Amino acid sequence: MLDSTLGELRAALAGRRVSSVELTGLYLARIRALNRATNAFISVDEEISLAQARAADARLARGEAGPLTGIPIAHKDIFCTRALRTTCGSRMLEHYRSPYDAHVVEQFDHAGAVVVGKTNMDEFAMGSSNETSWFGPVRNPWGKDLVPGGSSGGSAVAVAARMAPAATGTDTGGSIRQPAALTGVCGLKPTYGVVSRYGMIAFASSLDQAGPMARSAADLAPLLNVMAGHDPRDSTSLERPREDYARELGLALRGLRIGLPREYFGEGTDPGVLAAVRAAIAWYEAQGARTVPLELPNTALAVAVYYVLAPAEASSNLSRYDGVRYGHRAQQYADLLDMYCRTRAEGFGAEVQRRVLVGTYVLSHGYYDAYYLKAQKVRRLIARDFAAAFAQCDLIMGPTTPSTAFAIGAKTDDPVQMYLNDIFTIPAPLAGLPALSIPCGFDARGLPVGLQLMGPHFSEARLLGAAHRYQQATDWHRRVPSETPL
Amino acid sequence: MSLTRDQIRRVAQLARIALPAQEADVVLERLNRVLSMIDQLQAVDTEGIEPMSHALDVVQPLRPDAVTETDQRAALQAGAPAVEDGLYLVPKVIE
Repeated sequence: MLDSTLGELRAALAGRRVSSVELTGLYLARIRALNRATNAFISVDEEISLAQARAADARLARGEAGPLTGIPIAHKDIFCTRALRTTCGSRMLEHYRSPYDAHVVEQFDHAGAVVVGKTNMDEFAMGSSNETSWFGPVRNPWGKDLVPGGSSGGSAVAVAARMAPAATGTDTGGSIRQPAALTGVCGLKPTYGVVSRYGMIAFASSLDQAGPMARSAADLAPLLNVMAGHDPRDSTSLERPREDYARELGLALRGLRIGLPREYFGEGTDPGVLAAVRAAIAWYEAQGARTVPLELPNTALAVAVYYVLAPAEASSNLSRYDGVRYGHRAQQYADLLDMYCRTRAEGFGAEVQRRVLVGTYVLSHGYYDAYYLKAQKVRRLIARDFAAAFAQCDLIMGPTTPSTAFAIGAKTDDPVQMYLNDIFTIPAPLAGLPALSIPCGFDARGLPVGLQLMGPHFSEARLLGAAHRYQQATDWHRRVPSETPL
Repeated sequence: MSLTRDQIRRVAQLARIALPAQEADVVLERLNRVLSMIDQLQAVDTEGIEPMSHALDVVQPLRPDAVTETDQRAALQAGAPAVEDGLYLVPKVIE
């Protein structure tokens, strides 16, 4: 049962072969068994989850089931929930109880899903390894001394280790796709504006976007159906007709034009990663897809652009944590200014402080034009590269990350080395594009490799279709991690 | 562009983050690595390029100027570190 797809779980619930209470109990037991080793969850409240499951069973019995009624899911701890504390992986919000639910949480609630817990993450979503969490690092089920990626590392591990059939994540520079790649699961970052950011704790508002994580592309589609939609409480939430993201799961691959950017296949990427990605592309070619060599010449600048814009926006967004209205307040201080400074020095970890400092500096008097405005201009060059590329192809494929999972502690002393890990995932959010990572094989050490699919704005259904066709023919996404056997 | 100790102290002050003297050197060294990485942008020719502040070419929506929120002061203040009579308490700022 733990290994079932969402479709199988829905059928089992609808056919009354299992109750939501039983199903939820199975996943809660799995979390109890594995959370000490993986540290994937920050908060779990079995009583609340089981009460939701009982309510779901009552709805099922009345024949009032929604699309996910009775299905257990995990929420990244960046989404505000009334029922459980919302920490964002930070000491600043260690005991924070939100007075409201995030839009995404409400949507899953309306769809009937059962929340099994809140997942661990890099502090304020700033990190690529889950090592910046105040609640300790998450461990990769493919190797206990390896990072799971970040920032949605807890959600990725919850799905990979079968502690939940699906989870929510957020992606600013790769925080859904990079951990999905490093743990062998699937993760989709939708087009900017498709999912409301209401109640999703802000990091870099011009880039932040929520998306689903699950074990297959076919499972991602119904999850995005629930998450997507206009919400007037987020001014960047788009008013568009509803779409069924599962509508292209039968996508015809013959004649599909797959763009292969030269910059994504160069030096600096592990040979094992490239080999797995090339094999996946060869499979598409064998189905009649056509590859289109192309260039995204400003790719190498994306990391620099991102590490100006994201810290700048973060320094503004995180100014709200002042020890006055909610969250941590220092115990000892001399005056109001000292109270702010000590509160923020105690409440924020080293990486968050570093990004707030970088952001404050690039926005400060005399430097704004040289850094922030300059980065916004180069951002446009990167977006134009993609627009030109999509005139020649239907979607772009390449590796999600330049390497497979690395050791805990390996990159913590050098922020730039850590940042370069996001070189292939940063460009899509800068251009607002949807992008998906799916497992496409293993390297020589037996660690999962992610294939990234990027498409034009609003091409989520096509990306999911292309991925689903591959997953019908391969079983990489069904492999069970070595450290967490079923 | 690399920051000096005085500059980092000034930036920390602007950011309202206490920076203990014994940590300043490590913070400075790591920050300067990040700044030297982002300095590569300076070499890019962006003459005539419009800055991009939003991922999509859309217009900011407007809503009617009507009251939509109810008073939730008690609920919103429930998580505050210090509150009295519906007011947030901070250290004395006026003698």
